[in-house]
Amino acid sequence: MPAPAQVSLPSDREVRVTRQFNAPSQLVYDAHTKPELMRKWLGYTGWDMPVCDMDLRVGGKYKWQWKNQEDGKQFGFYGVFTEVNAPSRLAHDQYYDPGDVGSSMPVDDPCNVGLDLSEQNGVTTLVCTMRFASKEARDGAVATGMTDGMEFSYTRMDELFKQQAA
Amino acid sequence: MNLDATFSALADPTRRAILARLAEGEASVLELAAPFAMSQPAISKHLRVLENAGLISKGRDGQKRPCRIEAEPLEAANEWLERYREFWECNYARLDSLLETLLDEQKPRRKAKRRKK
Repeated sequence: MPAPAQVSLPSDREVRVTRQFNAPSQLVYDAHTKPELMRKWLGYTGWDMPVCDMDLRVGGKYKWQWKNQEDGKQFGFYGVFTEVNAPSRLAHDQYYDPGDVGSSMPVDDPCNVGLDLSEQNGVTTLVCTMRFASKEARDGAVATGMTDGMEFSYTRMDELFKQQAA
Repeated sequence: MNLDATFSALADPTRRAILARLAEGEASVLELAAPFAMSQPAISKHLRVLENAGLISKGRDGQKRPCRIEAEPLEAANEWLERYREFWECNYARLDSLLETLLDEQKPRRKAKRRKK
């Protein structure tokens, strides 16, 4: 069982998530870039991911959208790839689309998301660094979670954890 | 505990600077206003937001009424970071399962053995 994810705030403008996976980096990279694989893990309990468009090349665009299973509300992220270097690095400028969920998350300035994968002895270390335009933007994003509308899905997540622990 | 109030109070750079100053120790409104190109009423307004969010309290030391930082809501904010971590951990736990499945598919001969787990 891999060690749990770690979150750090390496600078005023950044949030970093680190995690290890018992798989080669190419497989972890595929899971982050192939829509049919992304849909299976990336998201939120109680939300489907009807849109996952990936034009995987530098300058290529992507669009992810989630839809709530109960009330049908949607939100998403979209952006442009700035670095595409399989299987070790992927970077993109990411914009938040509040959809009809709404949020105080910044919508104007992009967040640069850098995904670094390094493999050693079949274990891949993932370092995902999100660099925001300003400290205010980062704090806004961190403060609201992924979105305000997701507060309740955290509750469900907690329930899920409890079920798993039981 | 109202996290929204905490975070909206923290969302303003002046208020964060005030908190950073108070983290070093108590200060009067005048002392807090000194580094800012702002009127004292404007600073007082920020202090009220911080006070309403429970991030600071005002002492009873006569006229001065020094402001001091309150740790509890900030700890709650740290807990939020923990939630953020849990969010990713929840995603990555799903990714673990997916990767395991993909690895199994790559090694079909080992599949039968693993299935009996």
